[in-house]
Amino acid sequence: MKLRAIIVDDEELARQILREYLDKAGDVEVVAECANGFEAVKAAGEYRPDLLFLDIQMPKLDGFEVLELIDPPVAVIFVTAYDQYALKAFDAAAVDYLLKPFSTDRLSKALERARALLNDPQPRALGASDLAAAARPPGQTLERVVVKDGTKVHIIPIAKLDYVEAQDDYIALHSEKKQYLKQQTISSIEAQLDAARFARVHRSYIVNLERIARIEPYTKDSRVAVLQDGAQLPVSKSGYAKLKELLGENV
Amino acid sequence: MHPLFRNTAGLGAYLAVWTILAASLAALMRIPGDLTWSEAMSVAVPLCMFYAFVCLTPWYLCRAFPLGSARVGRLLINQLGAAILACALWIGLARLLAFAMDLGPQLNPAIPQLVVVGLLLYPMSVALHYALLAVEASRESALQTRDAELRALKSQINPHFLFNCLNSISALTSTDPARARDMCVLLSDFLRKTLGLGERESISWREELELARTYLDVEQVRFGARLQVEMHVDDDCADCQVPPLVLQPLIENAIKHGIATMVEGGTVRLEGHIENGRLAVRVENSFDPEAPSPRRHGLGLRNVRSRLQTRFGDAAHLQLAAENNSFRAEMVFPCQKATT
Repeated sequence: MKLRAIIVDDEELARQILREYLDKAGDVEVVAECANGFEAVKAAGEYRPDLLFLDIQMPKLDGFEVLELIDPPVAVIFVTAYDQYALKAFDAAAVDYLLKPFSTDRLSKALERARALLNDPQPRALGASDLAAAARPPGQTLERVVVKDGTKVHIIPIAKLDYVEAQDDYIALHSEKKQYLKQQTISSIEAQLDAARFARVHRSYIVNLERIARIEPYTKDSRVAVLQDGAQLPVSKSGYAKLKELLGENV
Repeated sequence: MHPLFRNTAGLGAYLAVWTILAASLAALMRIPGDLTWSEAMSVAVPLCMFYAFVCLTPWYLCRAFPLGSARVGRLLINQLGAAILACALWIGLARLLAFAMDLGPQLNPAIPQLVVVGLLLYPMSVALHYALLAVEASRESALQTRDAELRALKSQINPHFLFNCLNSISALTSTDPARARDMCVLLSDFLRKTLGLGERESISWREELELARTYLDVEQVRFGARLQVEMHVDDDCADCQVPPLVLQPLIENAIKHGIATMVEGGTVRLEGHIENGRLAVRVENSFDPEAPSPRRHGLGLRNVRSRLQTRFGDAAHLQLAAENNSFRAEMVFPCQKATT
């Protein structure tokens, strides 16, 4: 069986050499070449490839964001020049990674691994977004969230994110009166967000601290946070303690 | 260890100075008229040789209590105590030497001179040591500055850039060997120029511009039609002396955080003029405002700013401005021509 592959890289020469190597390998068919993250997400939905060769630094969406937005099952091989932090994390998230420039032998090994994995798919314990979150270099907080809505990709800058709400296996991201659903756990996005700007005020809610207008008592033990746009979020006891610590006593 | 012991020439010169001091001391001791030249010398010479080493001890005390530290009181008490102790040793030894040579009674009239000289020499040594420490400190800081510059220069060669270039060369070897060879030459040119800059404090603007051009040529191969370059640089800038690699980070930034973030690519515009005796350089590029801000935010630019500050002080500045889809870095500093 021929593997169907998509090459994603913003540099033409980088795509060219990969295509040349893959043509020589013989058992891989390159179904699409993409020069940026948007194209990659679109092509992945359209062609449903077995294999994705993914560069990391690209315009629009980076490689990690692309990984978040495509639907499994697809084997991902990162192809990158140099990224000391990401390399460690690749083991968890990708079939393999190739360091530019690479040899045909090295590529053959990566293809073998991909084949082995595709023939014997391991059920992945984590969803694509959680996996991508795990693959991110540590110590880096999210600057924007990417969400796929059908074939459209939305990019929500963190500054425009009002609050996050857990809904079963999904999270609802609220931004400028709109709501975007994403398959990710609330704990995993909590870990990605800057803890100085966002607080988990409740089991199911993370709030942007800048959006809080006031805190009102609700029952004896609980409170609600009223946001600038009028939305009301429940605040648990421990959530209130966290807010007091972050915003000072005057909340 | 005291720096004087690091070379024998220094130690020799120091002891020679003390021999002259010993002769002068002997002359002073002869003033009351009770000592002959040879008697005075036989006390003064060993006394001074001993005191020469006592006068090296302030090195440790001066290092422990540097001038300008907040502990002025403790500094004074310690130095004063040391001075009194040194002087007591000085007089004690003089009397011991005189006693050993049966010159005790003859020495007594010369004691006031001895006390005055002893009390003067020690503080002089302290003052000299503080001066010595100041010289060492300034030499150290010059070394550190140089070191920081070198580190800055080395970090200019961005591994991303290097590996991506090698990958482009690897891709070209089968499809377009001639271009692969051109790129090898361009890349080697760039690396050679960059590495050769480490030893130099200033280079001409012409060289700096040449380096930026080589870099842009290499990037042109990688980015192809996505990268457009416009240069408007006046010829009269060419001989201005500039810190090496002062333009390079601006250009690199324009590519990495500008052109590379755009699907369609864009233009890097470089301008250079002389304005009121100062070199004004502008680098403008298009960028995607939605792209995440760079991880190592402006490290290269900060580096440029601090190097300009060190070299030119307030006469230089670097301003950054982002407007819509365009980013502009503007750098102005005095145009110094080479004096040779």
